[in-house]
Amino acid sequence: MTRLIYEFTESFRIAFAQIRANKMRSVLTALGVIIGIVAVTLMGTAIHGVDIGFERSLAMLGEDVLYVQKWPWGPVEDWWNYQNRPKIIPRDADALNRIIESTPNSLLDVAVPLVGTSAAVKVGDYQVSGVYVFGTTAGYARLMYADFKEGRLFNDAESLAARQVCVLGGDVVDALFPGRSPIDQTVLIKGQPFTVIGVLEKQGSFLGLFSLDAQAILPIEAYRKYFGLGWRGAEIRVKVRDKTRLLEASDELVGAMRRVRGQLPGERDNFTVNQQQAFKAQLDPVKSGIALAGLFITGLSLFVGAIGIMNITFVSVKERTKEIGTRKALGARRRTILLQFLIEAVSICLIGGVVGLALTYGACLGVEHALPRLPVEFSVNLVFISMAVSILTGIVSGFAPAWGASRLDPVVALRYE
Amino acid sequence: MIPPAPSATQSRFVRPAGDLVIEIEGVTKLYKMGDEIIHALRGVELEIRRNEYLAIMGPSGSGKSTLMNMLGCLDTPTAGRYDFNGKNVAHMDDDELAEIRNREIGFVFQTFNLLPRSDALHNVELPLIYAGQPPHVRRERARQVLENVGLGNRIHHRPNELSGGQRQRVAIARALVNNPSIILADEPTGNLDSKTGVEIMALFEQLYEDGNTIIVVTHEEDIARHARRIVRLRDGLIESDENVS
Repeated sequence: MTRLIYEFTESFRIAFAQIRANKMRSVLTALGVIIGIVAVTLMGTAIHGVDIGFERSLAMLGEDVLYVQKWPWGPVEDWWNYQNRPKIIPRDADALNRIIESTPNSLLDVAVPLVGTSAAVKVGDYQVSGVYVFGTTAGYARLMYADFKEGRLFNDAESLAARQVCVLGGDVVDALFPGRSPIDQTVLIKGQPFTVIGVLEKQGSFLGLFSLDAQAILPIEAYRKYFGLGWRGAEIRVKVRDKTRLLEASDELVGAMRRVRGQLPGERDNFTVNQQQAFKAQLDPVKSGIALAGLFITGLSLFVGAIGIMNITFVSVKERTKEIGTRKALGARRRTILLQFLIEAVSICLIGGVVGLALTYGACLGVEHALPRLPVEFSVNLVFISMAVSILTGIVSGFAPAWGASRLDPVVALRYE
Repeated sequence: MIPPAPSATQSRFVRPAGDLVIEIEGVTKLYKMGDEIIHALRGVELEIRRNEYLAIMGPSGSGKSTLMNMLGCLDTPTAGRYDFNGKNVAHMDDDELAEIRNREIGFVFQTFNLLPRSDALHNVELPLIYAGQPPHVRRERARQVLENVGLGNRIHHRPNELSGGQRQRVAIARALVNNPSIILADEPTGNLDSKTGVEIMALFEQLYEDGNTIIVVTHEEDIARHARRIVRLRDGLIESDENVS
C-alpha cells in the first residue's frame, strides 16, 4: 500500500517534470482540453441558467392558481373539438364566486376574470407599443405574483364603476416617465385617458419570450368599454386555498364551472382547467432535449481535446521507450509504468480543466455584468463535475498508450534508440 | 591506456566462492525473425556462486546478449531450468521478474541509462522507490552509496552536469543501492575513454573485494581479464569456462 503511494508521488513528480520540460507541447495539448472544458462548462451553466429561468417563469404562473380557459396549454390534435366552445366571459367568474361562497369547505378561494390584448400606451408625443393591456377585477390583487413599487391596485368600487385608472409595468414607466413618478399622471390607452394609480416592480420575462414588465392593468369594465371581449374571450384565474390539494381543487372547479355553464351529465366539458404542473410537463422534454443536444455538441470539442492528449501520450511513450526499459530493469512493474503515463495524461487534463474552469468563471461574471437579466449561474457542482470530467478524459485518453507502455518487453525497450 | 591485466605471477585477491546464486541447466532460446528461427542459445549450463567476479565474452551473434538478458531476468528461456537463489525464475510472469530484478540484480549499462531530468540522488533512489522504501530511508541510503562510489559532493548534479565516468559511478551506485545478489554490467566501459575505464574497473575491483558478486559482459579481452573467471560463448554454446588467477 505504502509502495503504491510512493509510486503515485513518483509518477506525479515525473509528470510535472515532463510537462515543464515540454512546455510548448503541453500548453498546446492542454489548450484542446481547455477549449473542451470551457465549452462543456459554459453549456452546463447555460442549461442551469435556463432551468432557473424556467423555474422563475413557472413561479410567475403561480403554484396555487388554476386557469379556466377555452384552450388547453400545449398542442392539441383535435382542434375542431375546441374551436366551437363558447367564449369564457367575465360573468362566469361572478357565477363561480357565488358557487364558491355557497360551498362549505370549498378548496377554492376566489375567481378572477381577465381579458387582455396588445396595445399602445401614450404620453404626449411618446408611446410604447406592444404593451399587454388587460382588464381584471380588484380580486386580482390576491393572486398577483409581482409586488408594487409604488401605488396600489384599484379597489372594488373603482372596478365596478369602470373608473379610468391603471397600473403600469416597470418597462412602460421607464419609457414614458424616465426618472419621475407616474402616479396621478395621465396616459392614453386606445386614445382614452387613464390615471396611473400604481407601478409594479420589475419581474423580467416569461421564459424569455415576452416581458412581464410591459403591461398595463385596467378595471375590467373600463377595459371592456374600449376593447370589448375580442375573439379570444376572457379567462378566469382561480386561486386555490391549499396548493397541496391542487388536483381535488381542480376537480371541484370543473364541477363548479359545469354548473355555471349548465352542462348536462355525460356532456364533455366545454372549457379547460389549466395549471402550472401541466405546463411544466410540456416544457420538461423540451428542456432536457436542449440540454442533451447542447452537451453532445460541446462534448465533441472535449473529445477532440482528448484525442490530443492521447496523441501526446503516444509520442511521450515512444520518446521514452528506453527510459521505460531502464525503469523496468530497475524493478518497475507493469502497474508502475501504467500509472506513470496515466498520471501524466491526467495531469495535463487537470491543468486544462482548472484553466478552463477559471475561464468559464470569468465568462460567467462577464455575462452577469453585461446582461444581468440572463439567468447565468456558476455552481459549485460545476467545479466538481468539470474536475471529474477532466480526470476521466485523462484516464480514457491516456489509457491506450499507457497500457502499451506497461506491456513493453524490457529487452526491446532497452535496445530502443 | 588500460594496463595489461596482472600476470599469473602476481598474486591477486581471490575471495572464496560462497553459495550458489545462479544455476542454469540446458537453457535454450529461440527467436523468430520473420520466417527464420534463430537459435540464440542452444543448451547452456552455468553455475555462478556468491562472491564470484565473472566475465562473459563472445563475438557478436554468439548469444552473449541473450544470456545476459536471461541472467538479468529481463527475458525467460524457451526451454531449460534457471534457478536464482534456489527459485525457479524460468516461468515467472513480468511482475514477478520485476520483483527479482528490483531486489536481486543491479544493472550497469553501457549507455548509463540515467534519467536525464533527475539529479544523481533521485536516480539512485529509483530502485528503492520501486521496492517501497519510505522517503527518508531511501534518501539516506542513496546518499551513502553515492559517497561510497566517490560522488558525495555531486548528489544534486544532473547527468548532463557530470562527466562520463561520474555518470557511470551514479549508475553503479544505483545498481548497489538495494544490496542485490549480483551486479550485472553490460560493457560498462564501452562509452568511456580508457583512463576513465580504468577507474571504473578499479571501482568494480573494490566492490568485488567488499564482497559483491559481479558479472561483466564484454567483448574486450583487457576488461575481461579483470575478472577472476571468464566464460566464452560461441554460436549459442559455452566454448570455455576458466578461472583467471
